[in-house]
Amino acid sequence: MAEIDKPQSEVEVPGDWTYASAPESRDIVHIRDRYGYYVGGEWLEPTETYDTIAPRDEEPLAAVGQATTEDVGRAVAAARTAYADGWSSLPGSERAKYLFRIARLLQERSREFAVLESLNGGKPIKESRDVDLPLAAAHFFYYAGWADKLEYAFPNRRPRPVGVAGQIIPWNFPLLMLAWKVAPALACGNTVVLKPAETTPLTALLFCDILRQAELPAGVVNIVTGDGRTGAALVESEDVDKIAFTGSTEVGKEIQRRLAGTGKRLTLELGGKAANIVFDDAALDQAVEGIVNGIYFNQGHVCCAGSRLFVQESIYEPLVAKLERRLATLRVGDPLDKNSDVGAINSAAQLEKIRELVASGVEEGAEIYQPPCVLPEKGYWFVPTVFTNVAQSYRIAQEEIFGPVLSVLTFRTPEEAVEKANNTPYGLSAGVWTEKGSRILWMAQRLRAGVVWANTYNRFDPSSPFGGYKESGFGREGGRHGLEPYLEFEE
Amino acid sequence: MSRLPVKKTYKLFIGGAFPRSESGRTYDAEGQNVARASRKDVRDAVRAARAAQPGWAAATAYNRGQVLYRIAEMIEARAAEFAELCSGRDEVERSIDRIVWYAGWADKLPQVLGGSNPVAGPYFNFTVPEPTGVVAVLAPEEPPLLGLVTRLLPPLVGGNAVVAVASEARPLAAIELAEALATSDVPGGVVNLLTGSATELGPVLASHMDVNAIDLCGADGDAPELERLAADNVKRVVRGRADVQSPWEIASFLELKTVWHPMGQ
Repeated sequence: MAEIDKPQSEVEVPGDWTYASAPESRDIVHIRDRYGYYVGGEWLEPTETYDTIAPRDEEPLAAVGQATTEDVGRAVAAARTAYADGWSSLPGSERAKYLFRIARLLQERSREFAVLESLNGGKPIKESRDVDLPLAAAHFFYYAGWADKLEYAFPNRRPRPVGVAGQIIPWNFPLLMLAWKVAPALACGNTVVLKPAETTPLTALLFCDILRQAELPAGVVNIVTGDGRTGAALVESEDVDKIAFTGSTEVGKEIQRRLAGTGKRLTLELGGKAANIVFDDAALDQAVEGIVNGIYFNQGHVCCAGSRLFVQESIYEPLVAKLERRLATLRVGDPLDKNSDVGAINSAAQLEKIRELVASGVEEGAEIYQPPCVLPEKGYWFVPTVFTNVAQSYRIAQEEIFGPVLSVLTFRTPEEAVEKANNTPYGLSAGVWTEKGSRILWMAQRLRAGVVWANTYNRFDPSSPFGGYKESGFGREGGRHGLEPYLEFEE
Repeated sequence: MSRLPVKKTYKLFIGGAFPRSESGRTYDAEGQNVARASRKDVRDAVRAARAAQPGWAAATAYNRGQVLYRIAEMIEARAAEFAELCSGRDEVERSIDRIVWYAGWADKLPQVLGGSNPVAGPYFNFTVPEPTGVVAVLAPEEPPLLGLVTRLLPPLVGGNAVVAVASEARPLAAIELAEALATSDVPGGVVNLLTGSATELGPVLASHMDVNAIDLCGADGDAPELERLAADNVKRVVRGRADVQSPWEIASFLELKTVWHPMGQ
């Protein structure tokens, strides 16, 4: 009997659609036992170290240096020497070629970096592989092209480099944030001292190997590791001309205070509490995907995460039902598993902060939904969470949680949506979902945020300026505008 | 017998009206009794500015340009009076020309400062400049008219509302300007002018949680402390010069907003 004639009932239908694990091999990465600081093209031996771990199982990965004020001073001195000894006067076309080399090397070694990023930071491999690495390489590629075109970017302004840039980056996109900082700085002829986040130093340290391969002159990029004390030493270093910081609003304010009166340049990319607004005419299934991407991408460790969902009242029930159903299909687990949608929380401290805020939400009277989910026993994990029945005054609607926790609120009119969305000291990003074009532009004009995603969310591109309004910081990264913080102008 | 002149009472300019300082205080400047604004006057001025700002920003760029150009017309018509309150005719003419120059920028900024971004993917993406909101200006001591105009126009062109503290020693030009503004087309509250002690009012403005940016042009030695206070709400801090004319001066009171939308069928 031909196969096609078989009655359907005889075909075996699998009853269980769970995914088999598909772990990415970590053999591709060689992690050293101990890392020093990359200063002047050499590895400096640290006097004090701490262990950096894998948040998925708390496995210690390497000992890394806790840089002291003296270590930071050496790095700044190396950067100053490299600046004066040729980097700042190198023709832009030559600087460009170094950046192109770095971009290409990152592309070639992207799997290695992606595995290390997921291992050290906890984000799912499919994100580090498909988002972080391609974007990091693209950033170097994009700014490479600007290095010899600065006079066209700023006609009649005679741009010149600022000098030595101190750059402090967060743990949520360790390599990507490095790229956002280093690429424009070098393209503009500055030299750099970069401090990666305390919990995620490894891709920055591996990046030093790319710098070596690219034959970048010694001292043009220097990397010092450590906690907030190292960052403070960099901020207060007298020979740094510019500070670029990405991190919390609290620390950003402290940096702004410390730099008061010094004349040093400053850009800040700080926290957010973005509104993601869904109107009743939106394509609901697409909106649900956008909401999920908005808040559960990278475990919600995203400054522009759509953490406040505003739903028009008439579609509140069907939307929340769809969202909860979708939540139950998210696969939370091993960051190195290619099937994982949500990985590990970056650190014990962050997990504690998320737990504390979630407890406050329950305490204040919000209704919590968490899908059934088996979490690994070791490591730092948090179930994707939705809060409904949230009042604007609740802490979960006011404070940045920086975790996979969504607060759902409602509105009736576009005016009300705008008023509620803007009712926050932050202003980094916002989302709008509607099929009505004129309403998109009306909303986009009124939302006080640096990035507005309409019928999409969490999109990034090197050519697209990114940065905040209000207490989300000042200055832009990406695009032509991203060059400005690294240039002085003679007018 | 010669006629006894009627003496003018110099007041503050807040929300389009001319109140006395709520404190009742005055001080002597240029031989006149001038209102000495207080912390509460700053509060009122910031409130007026906040209330007026959205409407000013929502006006078409063409309209904003016209309204600003009208200020130049108003000053030109009273040029002789202004000349007596500053260094002279030349300063007045330079102030007028500066206003005309900035007025013309209102409908050109987005094309120079923004644009569309060639993102990799099926999205249309564009960046537009927007006003930062309420801007505090500490005007320079000198020149009293040109310095104030130089610092006022950049935030105004971009759609911000301003609370400015006039030159402490030479406030009369600022008050004359307020009178010109009051009879121009500038909506009440878009420009608020305070007279008094910059040392006293500076910290109030720098630490005010509803001020988005501060121009420290006239701050002098107080600048480091004011910069420190400005961090309370991550204010944009501008250290403006008293005599400068550039579109980048406008840009320092603007935010950049980037909008994404997918392209598809």
